[in-house]
Amino acid sequence: MEIPVSFDYAPAPESRAIVSIKPKYGHFIAGKFVAGSKHFPTINPATEEVLSHIALAGKAEVDAAVKAARKAYTTTWSKMSGKERGKYLFRIARIMQERAREFAVLETLDNGKPIRESRDVDVPLAAAHFFYHAGWADKLEFAGLGTSTKPHGVAGQIIPWNFPLLMLAWKVAPALAAGNTVVLKPAESTSLTALLFAEVCQQAELPAGVVNIVTGDGSTGALIVNHPGIDKIAFTGSTDVGKIIARAVASTPKSVTLELGGKAANIIFEDAALDEAVEGIVNGIFFNQGHVCCAGSRLILQESIADEVLEKLKVRMAKIRVGDPMDKNTDVGAINSKEQLTKIIELTAAGDAEGAQRWSAPCELPTKGFWFAPTIFTGVTQAHRIAREEIFGPVLSVLTFRTPQEAIDKANNTPFGLSAGVWSEKGSRILWATQQLRAGVVWANTFNKFDPTSPFGGYKESGWGREGGRHGLSAYLKGVGHE
Amino acid sequence: MNNRIDVKKTYKLFINGAFPRTESGRTYEVKSAKGVFIANPCLASRKDLKDAVVAARAAQPGWNKATAYNKGQILYRLAEMLEGRRAQFVDEIITVTGVTKAKAEQEVSESIDRLVWYAGWSDKISSLSGALNPVAGPYYNFTIPESMGVIAAIAPETPSLLGLIDTVAPIIVSGNTLVVLASTKAPLSAMSFAEVIATSDVPAGVINILTGKKDEIAPWMASHMDIDGLDITGLTTKNHAEIRISGAENLKRIFSFKSHDPGRILAFMEAKTVWHPIGL
Repeated sequence: MEIPVSFDYAPAPESRAIVSIKPKYGHFIAGKFVAGSKHFPTINPATEEVLSHIALAGKAEVDAAVKAARKAYTTTWSKMSGKERGKYLFRIARIMQERAREFAVLETLDNGKPIRESRDVDVPLAAAHFFYHAGWADKLEFAGLGTSTKPHGVAGQIIPWNFPLLMLAWKVAPALAAGNTVVLKPAESTSLTALLFAEVCQQAELPAGVVNIVTGDGSTGALIVNHPGIDKIAFTGSTDVGKIIARAVASTPKSVTLELGGKAANIIFEDAALDEAVEGIVNGIFFNQGHVCCAGSRLILQESIADEVLEKLKVRMAKIRVGDPMDKNTDVGAINSKEQLTKIIELTAAGDAEGAQRWSAPCELPTKGFWFAPTIFTGVTQAHRIAREEIFGPVLSVLTFRTPQEAIDKANNTPFGLSAGVWSEKGSRILWATQQLRAGVVWANTFNKFDPTSPFGGYKESGWGREGGRHGLSAYLKGVGHE
Repeated sequence: MNNRIDVKKTYKLFINGAFPRTESGRTYEVKSAKGVFIANPCLASRKDLKDAVVAARAAQPGWNKATAYNKGQILYRLAEMLEGRRAQFVDEIITVTGVTKAKAEQEVSESIDRLVWYAGWSDKISSLSGALNPVAGPYYNFTIPESMGVIAAIAPETPSLLGLIDTVAPIIVSGNTLVVLASTKAPLSAMSFAEVIATSDVPAGVINILTGKKDEIAPWMASHMDIDGLDITGLTTKNHAEIRISGAENLKRIFSFKSHDPGRILAFMEAKTVWHPIGL
C-alpha cells in the first residue's frame, strides 16, 4: 500500500459572527462609556482591515478617570468588606467564562494571535486569574504579608499588546482583591478586549469607578504615570519604558511594579528527551509569534547533540502552520503591528550582518497583513545583538556549550532575568541548573506555562515585583515591611 | 606613675577581608562629643567602592552556596565575638557620641541580640516566604526566595553600631554580599566591627565596610552597574529621588526601612518559581 506523503488541512475558520465591533469607542469612566475627543484606527494585523476607531485619552480624560477611581475608593471600595469585594470578582470571572468565545474571537481579530491560543490560553487564564484573586479578597490578613497591610488606593495600570486581556486580568484582579481601584490603559494596538471587559464590569454591577479604562498611546500612559492622584503604578512592557517610569516616579511616594523584557535561555542537556525538548523549543519561541517577554529566545544546546536537535527542530518547524489566525489549525499568526515587524526585520538583518546563519521555515506567508516566518539563527555568539536584545518575534538564536557551567554562564550573561528553561532527564542536574539560573521563572522539561497561583516576574532588568500567587498580592498592598 | 603612651588604632577600610587605606589618600577628622580629636578615618573614593564591589561580587557565589545552617552559625559567631569585645564598643560609643555608659551598654547589648535574632532567620525565611503553588495542571510548581546578589547600603548615622548591625545582618543572612558605608560622624564602631567580622569565619568579601561622605558615595553606589540592590535607610529623604533616578539605570531594588522584621530580609531576595511536569 502506498502511503501519501502528506495530508493537507482543510480550512477551519472560526466564525466572527459572535462579536459586534462598534465603529468607534470612547473611554470607560465611572461605570459609563464616555465619548472620546480624538480617535485613531485599530486594525486586524492579519488583514490590515480597520476594525474600529479608538479614543486617545488626553489630560481631561485621565483626570476624570483618576477622579472617578478616587471617589470609588473613598466612598465604596475601601469601605466594603473583603467578602463582598470578592463576590464581585467571582462574578467577573463567571461572566468572562460565559463570554469566553466572544473574547477569544475579538482578541484574535485585534491582536493577530491564533484563535487556538486566545481560546485555550489567554481567555481561560484571564478568567482563572479573577477566580483565584476573588478568593483572596477576604483572606488578606492571612496572606503572611504582615498584619497591618492596606491597599495603596488608586492604581494606574499600563499593559502591553501581546496578551491584551490576560495582562488586564493579571493587573486588575489582584488590585481589586487587595482593595484598590484602578485606571487601566490597554496598549494602543489592542484595546478592544479591554473595552469588552468594561461591559463585563457593567454586567457584574461593579460599583462605578472601581475600574476605569482609558485608551490611548504612550502619551496617555505618561499622563497616568505622572498623575499626582495615583498611588501605585503597575506596568508591563519594555525595559526601556520601565526605566523611564522608574525615574518618573522617583521623587513621588508612588509604589511601582514593573514586568519588563527578557532574553530567556532554554538549555538542552545531552541527556534530555530530545523529541520533547524540540516541542519545548518550538513552544518556547513560537508561542504567540514570539511576542512573549519570557520567550525562550536563546537556545543553548550541548555541543554533542546540537546537530541532531537542529535537524529535528527544522523538521518540526517545517510543519508549523503560519497564517490566518482565525483558522483553528493555525500555530503562528500575524505579527501584531507594522512597527513590530520593522523591528524584527531590523534585528534579524543585524544577525546576518554580524555573521550568524539564518534559516527560516519554508512557509507561504499571506500577502496582506504583517508576517514573519519562524526563523532560527545558528552560529550565534554572545556578543551578537540577536543574543543580547529582545527581538519579540518568532526568531530563535542558537548557541552551544560543552560543560554545564558554560551553559549556566551563557544563560546568565544578560541584563535580563525573567525566565529560563532547562531540559534533562536527570533530576539532580535539573535542580542544580534551576538553582544556578538567575531568573524569576524556570521551566524544567516544559516551557511557557502560566497559572494564577504561580508567581511570575523577573530578576535584574526584567522588572520589579511578582504577579500571581501569594507573592503577587504584595504588589497591591502597602505596609509589607519596606518602602 | 602611668607614663605609658598608649598605642592608638589607625582606622582603615575593610575590603575583601583586609584592612586597606583608601587608595585616594584622603581622610577626615573625627572628634569626640567634647571636641577632642579621636581619629582620621578614610574618606573612601569611587575606586574604593569599585574594589569593594569586585570583592563582594567574587564572594557572592560561595556565600550563597553556604548552607542556611552554616550562615546562621556564622552570624551567631559574630554575636559571640561582639559579646567578647563589648567593653571596647561601649567605650568607643561613649567617646564619640557622649552618651551615658548605661545607654552605650544598651546599644551594644541590643546589637548582639539583634545578630542572634537574624542568625535564627537563615534557615526559616525560605519556609515562610516560599510556596508550593497548586497550578491547574500536572506540574510540580514551587516558589523559593533567593539572594539577590551584591547589595550596597548606607548605614544610619545613629545609633552607629546598632544601625550598622540592622543594615548588615538582614542583607547577608540570605546569601547576599554587601558594601556598606558606615556612619560618617561615628565610624569607629563600624571599623571595630570589621575586626569582629574578620575573626568570625565570615568569608572575605561578604561584608565590606567603607567610611566617608554619604553625599559622595551614595550616588556612586546608585549608578554602579554591578550592584543589584541599595538600602538607603541612612540617607535623608531629600536625597532619595536623585538616588532612585540614578539607580533606575539597571533597575536596582532600592529600599529604606523603619523597622527590623523579616520583610527587611525579603526586600533583598528574589522569588524564583520552578515548574516541572508530573508524569510516568
